[in-house]
Amino acid sequence: MPRIKIGRKSTAIDMTAMCDVAFLLLTFFILTATARQPEPLPVDTPASTVKIKLPDTDIATLTIGQGKVFFGIPGQDIRRSLIDKMGEAYGIQFTEEEKKRFTVMESFGVPMGNLKQIIAMKGEERNKAGLQPGIPTDSVGVRASELHQWIYQARVATKELHNVDMRVSIKGDSKERYPEIQKVISILQDQNVNKFSLITSLRGEDN
Amino acid sequence: MAELDTSGGGGKKGGKVRTKKMSTRVDLTAMVDLAFLLITFFMLTTTLAKPQAMDIAMPDKDKDEQQELTIADTRTINILLGSGNKLEWYMGSVDKQLTPPEIQGFGKNGIRKALIEKSKEVVGRTGDPKKGLIVLIKPSEKSNYRNLVDILDEMKITNIQQYGISEISAPEIELLKRDGLFK
Repeated sequence: MPRIKIGRKSTAIDMTAMCDVAFLLLTFFILTATARQPEPLPVDTPASTVKIKLPDTDIATLTIGQGKVFFGIPGQDIRRSLIDKMGEAYGIQFTEEEKKRFTVMESFGVPMGNLKQIIAMKGEERNKAGLQPGIPTDSVGVRASELHQWIYQARVATKELHNVDMRVSIKGDSKERYPEIQKVISILQDQNVNKFSLITSLRGEDN
Repeated sequence: MAELDTSGGGGKKGGKVRTKKMSTRVDLTAMVDLAFLLITFFMLTTTLAKPQAMDIAMPDKDKDEQQELTIADTRTINILLGSGNKLEWYMGSVDKQLTPPEIQGFGKNGIRKALIEKSKEVVGRTGDPKKGLIVLIKPSEKSNYRNLVDILDEMKITNIQQYGISEISAPEIELLKRDGLFK
């Protein structure tokens, strides 16, 4: 029996174009991924089921771990205004060079007295574990604590420059004792900042 | 299937020198697969890396004394956070406890079950879904931050609208000590 011959046509598709598009998309996503700054205090946040994302700007982050509190706020213009104001409040003169270096510090935790030293150090040295002792949270006599001042001046700076209210977020370590957190919440309540966010990592409801 | 063909059309005949042209078909399917895998990876890691925020609103500090609202004891559950990731809860107020304090752990089978049960009970009793369970969270100094976040998370999961963080009182600390949750 003669074999029925089925005409075979080539099913090869030219994938060069698809490959180009794929690499373009890839490049886009790689470039829009922001590099993470090394943190001076590594914190392990507890997990929760909330899925609301944190806003990126005009939000101060209080990192609480190992009994220390670190302060960070995005926005170079705000940081510049902040160091000017803090310099005035504590009577410390910062040079132009120091102010510029401060504006690139993401997060820090040192008392005002040691601020110049930290500014003078290089990035990797600053972020060495255990180096920075945290911002003092105790009030000195009648004067409010340094943390109180930092938060207050940052709020003023944000209102002046961006005309929005600054939000506050707390990034605490899971194992941190409650009294430390309570102290920070107290300082916030003193300034009438009664709404803030707790930074958590994601987990499913059934865990 | 997907190919990159650089063989130049199979070679023309003619001329004395006829070089043998080998077919150079490169299959690009694997490259495209890899590219899409990398895209998916970067897309997901940039969104997952953003931390989540859980909002809290605290009452004004100064108005604390005036705002000791007389809330119905029958609708209130007090949750005391102790050490060792355990908590103790009871209905009512510390001088007039309506249910005996029970010790529980966190999570689905722990406090969540109790909260859902009590919530249903209270709404059943008042008949108004807006007058639901009121939760007072009282962390002790021996509890940690994770306990606080967990209990606030439970509030979100069980959909309880009225809750607040308040100061723990001395008799409640005694309760915790008595049950070994104050180490």
